[in-house]
Amino acid sequence: MIWKIFLFLLLCFVSVAGISFPIVDNPQAWYEFPFIKGLEENAKIIFFHVPTAWLTVIAFFMTAIYSFKYLRKKNLDDDAKSYAAAQLGIIFCILATVTGAVWAKFAWGSFWSWDPRQTSIFALLLIYGAWFALRSSIESEEKRATLSSVYAIIAFVTVPFFIFILPRIMTGLHPGSADDTNAGPVIDFKMNSNMQLIFFLSLIGFTILYFWMWRLGYKSLIYRDKLNKQLLLRG
Amino acid sequence: MSKSYSLFKKDLHSELRTRYAINSLAMFIIVTLSVILFSIGNETISQSLTGGLFWVVIFFTSMSGLSRVFVSEEERGTSLTLQLIAAPSTVFSGKLLFNLILVFAMNTVIAILYSALFEAFIIKNFGLFIVSFILGNIGLAFASTIIAAIISKAGAKGTLYPVLSFPILLPLILTSVQLTLFSIDGTSFETAQFELAIVVCYDVIILTVSYLLFDFIWKE
Repeated sequence: MIWKIFLFLLLCFVSVAGISFPIVDNPQAWYEFPFIKGLEENAKIIFFHVPTAWLTVIAFFMTAIYSFKYLRKKNLDDDAKSYAAAQLGIIFCILATVTGAVWAKFAWGSFWSWDPRQTSIFALLLIYGAWFALRSSIESEEKRATLSSVYAIIAFVTVPFFIFILPRIMTGLHPGSADDTNAGPVIDFKMNSNMQLIFFLSLIGFTILYFWMWRLGYKSLIYRDKLNKQLLLRG
Repeated sequence: MSKSYSLFKKDLHSELRTRYAINSLAMFIIVTLSVILFSIGNETISQSLTGGLFWVVIFFTSMSGLSRVFVSEEERGTSLTLQLIAAPSTVFSGKLLFNLILVFAMNTVIAILYSALFEAFIIKNFGLFIVSFILGNIGLAFASTIIAAIISKAGAKGTLYPVLSFPILLPLILTSVQLTLFSIDGTSFETAQFELAIVVCYDVIILTVSYLLFDFIWKE
């Protein structure tokens, strides 16, 4: 119970701090953020956009891990876990796409410009969509679990091309891409220490939130299956 | 290996008898090309656009016919017999060989027709185009075969195939489009070596993971 209150306070602090702390040229006080050339006031999105994109990848990773576990042990609980992870993953993927597009409107002038990062998040969105389409087309539980696990693993080994290689080698507009001179590696030396602190607090807070939601998700899925089976046995 | 070759020969014979995949692929090539030609009309399209459209034709054509190898086994109800007489990797090798031949035949026809119909499609570095074309075709055949195996066990096979294949093929298609543009521009091999390396990596990864995971699909 205590950690839930702690998480609530943490996320409240991160949201308030991320939105309201001012950006100044020469940060002196502990609550002031530095002025990053090329990002300016838009830099504040880092506290909310980066955690959603990070959780999209984490969810995708966990879907693949539990798919792998399912293929080894054939335990349907693992399938429920990977399904719950993917459900959250697609929500965070949509959030990352939308917040990124809104930010791009102000920073780059258009909502969508096929930047390598945008391509990669779009590919993830497509994979999640295809995965759910595959699941909904199969009736039998075991068959659905096996085939969707196989698909998740195939997608997981090809998609690193997008998330990790293409955005870093291709020239793009996104902070952190190959030819980025003015915004550079943002996290390392453009942010000052308190901006980094709030960024990592936000990352931690959202990650805890994700795992909490994931636990609730898979538990409710497993209980629902159990109840359905008992009802079938009785009726 | 000889078993998978005889499986390939069996597929080839049944294909030559019914000509199901060949006919639908040939018609699909004509339909896609004519849709593009109609939509262009009298406009002249730029060189860079022809490189992208080339892969559009290849993608949609392969989505129309490459799922046949596994779907036909399920429809005829012969997959259980195959499971009895051959190991999963043998079946997969046979089907992969068949799809490879099909992809190469299909894409060669597309390339010839395409360069005849589109005047802007002039390739300056022919060697680079051939290498990227071969590597791209191999990757296309590998990925489409394993996805075909998945959808042959699922419902709504026809619509699901492009939906499932597109995200998996996206890294391959993006780099292949880039390589085709390079060969249109006449870029040297040194400049394009990174993109070539990506396609080679993709081919190796998808082949390995297909062989590892095919057992699970096939036994389902």
